[in-house]
Amino acid sequence: MNQNHVLIRTEALTRDYEMGVEVVRALRGVDLEIQRSEYVAIMGPSGSGKSTLMNLIGCLDTPSGGKYWLNGLEVSQMSDDELARIRNKEIGFVFQTFNLLPRATSLHNVELPLIYGGVNAKDRRDRAAAALESCGLGDRMGHKPSELSGGQRQRVAIARALVTEPSIILADEPTGNLDSMTSEEIMKVFADINERRGQTIVMVTHEHDIAAHARRVVMLHDGKISSDRQQTA
Amino acid sequence: MPLFEAVRLAFGMIRAQKLKSFFSLIGAFIGVTFLIGVVTIVNGMDRYMKEDFAGKLFGVNTFTLRYRPFVHVGEEPSREERRALQRRPRLKIADYEALSSELDPRFLVGVESMNQVEAVVGTKRSRSIEVRGVSESYFRIKKIDIAEGRVFSQPEVEHGANVVVIGSEVAEKFFEGLNPIGRTIRVADFPYRIIGVAASQGKIFGFSLDKFIIAPYTSQIERVVNPHLVVDGIIVRAPDIPGMHEARTQVEAIMRMRRHLRPGQENNFHFETADDVLSFWASISRILYTALPALVGISLVVGGIVIMNIMLMAVSERTREIGIRKALGARRRDILRQFLVEATALSTLGAALGILFGIGLAYLVDATTPLPASVSAGSILVAVFLGVGVGVVSGVYPATRAARLDPVAALRFE
Repeated sequence: MNQNHVLIRTEALTRDYEMGVEVVRALRGVDLEIQRSEYVAIMGPSGSGKSTLMNLIGCLDTPSGGKYWLNGLEVSQMSDDELARIRNKEIGFVFQTFNLLPRATSLHNVELPLIYGGVNAKDRRDRAAAALESCGLGDRMGHKPSELSGGQRQRVAIARALVTEPSIILADEPTGNLDSMTSEEIMKVFADINERRGQTIVMVTHEHDIAAHARRVVMLHDGKISSDRQQTA
Repeated sequence: MPLFEAVRLAFGMIRAQKLKSFFSLIGAFIGVTFLIGVVTIVNGMDRYMKEDFAGKLFGVNTFTLRYRPFVHVGEEPSREERRALQRRPRLKIADYEALSSELDPRFLVGVESMNQVEAVVGTKRSRSIEVRGVSESYFRIKKIDIAEGRVFSQPEVEHGANVVVIGSEVAEKFFEGLNPIGRTIRVADFPYRIIGVAASQGKIFGFSLDKFIIAPYTSQIERVVNPHLVVDGIIVRAPDIPGMHEARTQVEAIMRMRRHLRPGQENNFHFETADDVLSFWASISRILYTALPALVGISLVVGGIVIMNIMLMAVSERTREIGIRKALGARRRDILRQFLVEATALSTLGAALGILFGIGLAYLVDATTPLPASVSAGSILVAVFLGVGVGVVSGVYPATRAARLDPVAALRFE
């Protein structure tokens, strides 16, 4: 067991995109360490590479260079299917556009990662229901996304992220599509799961008042970390 | 993802997009309908020909000696061959008498001549009824039972009595509600006394077998059916199949002797058996069975292409969904399976509907036309396999494309 509980460690992480003949260097060597139970906001102007970093941390993408350890495992060299397994077990995504399946009920949406995790039908149902309950949606299990408000949809997405008890919650502009009141509400949910469960949260945002909820802010600029500071709530 | 989940998901998707699903399964549907429909009818015909037709029309273990074949099996004969057949000597009553006395008494020998003539009773008239001039053994050979009255006796045949046995439909037509026994019927302008009504012989291909008038071959009917002393056919019935072959050999020997044929010379007479008709039918059904796979194949290929296109469309429409599923931990094979199962579900559903519809169609044909139908379990099995096969084959490419999608790009897809 790693004594200092390092959950995420990257070493000179780079990611290049080939755009025709030009090579766009989205990340130019990122060294980052995130401990268990941290609540980190990644900020930066558009084009700074924060989405790229997010995709790499989330194992949706593989780096062009450098190394990445998640929970002690080097994931930078893994195959597609191994990455899928890591995403399923270790990571819970919360997206700006919610990314719920439109035709499925809340319950089924939350069950989805458990289906891919091979959990049997009964446990799946119980765990999904419990996750929805904990996000205050116990009475919305049979509703489809179109029958829910924006805030409720994002809560379903959070329930879906939590249901597998992942190592990290990765939130990509989680309040980007919400009004300020609902945003506050969602931020409370994040703060709550971070404090009560010790859930590690990494959140990408460009809004300062949203980043203010995090306890650590990492600024990216031109594919490199330009500042990294702790802040008190 | 377990297969069960994938199947549930696929049917959910089919339910959600009913119209699109319907169009995509129509190819498999038509192909299978066709397959089942045709196989059912051909199969029905086959059973019918073998079990019913041969027995009803020719009788069991029976052959008919004729001067030439009635139907030609296979190639049409050339003009010379046709002329040679025309020139053959006709069968004579003397031939019948010779065969009756010389053949082993185990074998029943009869004679038959036919024509279509006018029949009149009072004011009722029928323009064309089949009359047969036969020997008294004919009823036993053809297994014609008598419903009312009796068959003719040997003295009646010897004296050429003008008596007739009529078919049940003739009785109904001319004597509706009356007892025809003892009444008179005019056949080709000559009066005959009705002594019996035959039990119904049923139908083949919708044609009634009960429209006939049977008189002794020695009666006035002789003038009507054939030139003097000539008969159409001499019928021989044996107790079993080996007996039939033996009878045939005996008849051949007797006839060759009567016709003074030298060894090496061809027979100038013809044996007609159920085999002739059955082999003719076999050649037709062979053609049908060779054409069938091609026809079914074409519609299944078209059906497969339709499904492939619909699935490709579905993959691009649901790119974002695929991205979400991948982000949540779906592996390539999970996505592959999902789309493959969906394509297979579509085509199998099409095949299942095709099976039901094909059977329905066959029974409709059975009910409304003389063609008989009989569903074969084999064709259903083949249809199911084809349905599944078409789905898998046409689903592979779209499903592979879906499985290979990059999660980041797929999630960003609008």
